Amino acid sequence: MSDGPPELAIDVRDLHKSFGSRVVVDGLSLQVARGEICGFLGANGSGKTTTIRMLCGLLVPDGGSGTCLGLDILKQAPLIRRQVGYMTQKFSFYEDMTVSENLTFVAEVYEMKNSAEAVRRIMDRMGLVDRADQLAGQLSGGWKQRLALAACVLHEPKLLLLDEPTAGVDAKARREFWDLIHDMAVDGLTVLVSTHYMDEAERCKRIVYLAGGKLVVQGSADEVVAASSLITFEATGGDIDAIARQIRKRPGVQAAAVFGHVLHIAGTDRTQLLAATRACADPNIAWAEVRPGLEDVFIHLLSGTEGAG
Amino acid sequence: MNAFSFRRLWALLRKEWVQVRRDPTTLRLIILMPMIQLLMFGYVINSNPHNLPAGVLMAQPSKYERSIVTALRNTGYYNIRMVATEAEAEQDLADGKLLFVINIPANFDRSVDRGESPSILVDADGTDPTAIGNATGALGGLTNTLRRDLPPNLQAGPAPPPFRFVIHARYNPEQISALNIVPGLICVVLMMSTLMLTTLAITKERERGTMENLLAMPVRPIEVMLAKITPYIGIGYLQVVIILVMAAVLFHLPIHGSVVLLLLVLGLFIASNLALGITYSTIASNQSQAQQMAQFTMMPFMMLSGFFFPFQGMPAWARFIGEAIPTTHAMRIVRGVLLKGNGIVEIFPDLWPIGLFMLVTVTIAVLFYRETLD
Ligand SMILES: Nc1ncnc2c1ncn2[C@@H]1O[C@H](COP(=O)(O)OP(=O)(O)OP(=O)(O)O)[C@@H](O)[C@H]1O
Ligand SMILES: [Mg+2]
Repeated sequence: MSDGPPELAIDVRDLHKSFGSRVVVDGLSLQVARGEICGFLGANGSGKTTTIRMLCGLLVPDGGSGTCLGLDILKQAPLIRRQVGYMTQKFSFYEDMTVSENLTFVAEVYEMKNSAEAVRRIMDRMGLVDRADQLAGQLSGGWKQRLALAACVLHEPKLLLLDEPTAGVDAKARREFWDLIHDMAVDGLTVLVSTHYMDEAERCKRIVYLAGGKLVVQGSADEVVAASSLITFEATGGDIDAIARQIRKRPGVQAAAVFGHVLHIAGTDRTQLLAATRACADPNIAWAEVRPGLEDVFIHLLSGTEGAG
Repeated sequence: MNAFSFRRLWALLRKEWVQVRRDPTTLRLIILMPMIQLLMFGYVINSNPHNLPAGVLMAQPSKYERSIVTALRNTGYYNIRMVATEAEAEQDLADGKLLFVINIPANFDRSVDRGESPSILVDADGTDPTAIGNATGALGGLTNTLRRDLPPNLQAGPAPPPFRFVIHARYNPEQISALNIVPGLICVVLMMSTLMLTTLAITKERERGTMENLLAMPVRPIEVMLAKITPYIGIGYLQVVIILVMAAVLFHLPIHGSVVLLLLVLGLFIASNLALGITYSTIASNQSQAQQMAQFTMMPFMMLSGFFFPFQGMPAWARFIGEAIPTTHAMRIVRGVLLKGNGIVEIFPDLWPIGLFMLVTVTIAVLFYRETLD
């Protein structure tokens, strides 16, 4: 073990991974500081899961190197696994075992000192007490996710790798989930969490955006927005659905999306965007330039990399 | 990280046990499979055909002929007709028109009367030993048939039986008897069930997606494999006990040797099958592939182990392969212990090949067990 806690919980450089001839992760470098909550974003198939698997030694990278919690990802994978909580994208606990049996199994496998107590505490914290004797396979999707999260924080890991932990979880549970993650980060836990939800991305201290296995942008939400040099106009009033359909085809409009009563159009060329708003003039509609949100930026990024997955 | 932890192994064992328990269909199969198979094969064993075609060939007319033929008829096993010549008898036996030819030799009457206890040669068609087993068995009880007809000086007092039967099994000199099939059956049933069950062990984890989680946890391959094998050793023993009790009660299987020794040895045999199953399980990428591997194995294992065909009757190449199969050796051991009362010294030559087989397969399994998802 290295002396003293390393500053970076994750520090990997130039990771490569291919399946057959398909390059899935292509020269990815990633640094995550200790205690940081890092959002991992990207289109479907952009290589998020593959990267996370390489970080905890489940896949061997074809190229590149690095450390996780100061341990070499190539040579010390078994040691990394002891200190990492990995939550798989697909539920992968035992469906023919009850909630408490699953958790007890995990606690025992990690050789926890007071495993019965630890299981009881985590069930309490995650509200699983009432479902302790229910078979995991009979839980609803959201409750399965809670069980999986409970299981992966049970052994008090130093680093959490969460692969879409809140997919299919209701809003309230998601809120609780993120509150919990923030609570744990205060205690020094580092979190790398992949997600497709914008509100979750905004709760991350830092965002890493992946496309085609390459890192495209990273930074705080504000930095990502600034880096995109995206210009957004907002339209209100009138028949914005019809306008959206027309304006989408105009040159320079890279994205046009309706959010309830407002329409956002986004592009990188101001003159072309202005021309587009003038072309779709309608007395009922008021146009205004607004600061792009994270969602605009991601839709922009996603449309730029379509077909990557 | 320590290379092996009993606590982790215990946790894995408990998990396997819970999962086995939660799967009542498999459990039922585990109990029923040996029973059904034993009954199925046992029906063949127990089939007790009567009225088998038998020819009586007399070298010269005999005054005792009527008594002997009547006694044979009375057993119910023989459908007797007279055969005129040896050539005819030979031909009918070859054609399967006769299953037995009973040769009453020349000077039979005189020998009996002198108390010389002459022999009657019974040529039996040995191709289907189960068919003739009971019929030949019944002959032993007939040798005193003529006592009433004997001259008075021979009737009194202990004397050798008036005549003997000498049974000559044709075509199958090794004569696998019905009893020989039960020990073979124990091995074959054990092989089928244990191989089938463990073959699914690791592929099941992979197919259900739980492998990713298991790999992400600090468990070692050897711990996972031991945990997968152990419950099935217990299950295998349960099957052995079921088969032994059924065979003893229903088929009157004699147990001449030590049951404890037998159980110890069978433990090794079960473990060797499980090791093979685990190996398939790690090599195959899904359950059906693993299952096919197991099925492809069971057929030759059964064929070449001496279960279906007498081992000594097989061509050299088949015997060569057969020697590498644990079922072959297990079968010899079980036959030896049960029927001949063999001890550890006698069975050792068949013990180490099973151990070696297991060592090789476990090594392969550990080599192939991937600690990553690649
Ligand atoms: N074991 C594998 N064998 C072959 N191809 C694979 C394998 N695992 C992943 N891939 C491919 O690698 C690409 C990236 O997959 P990955 O699961 O990392 O994407 P992702 O970013 O997690 O996507 P999503 O948001 O849908 O979860 C996909 O095109 C996928 O088909
Ligand atoms: Mg994924």
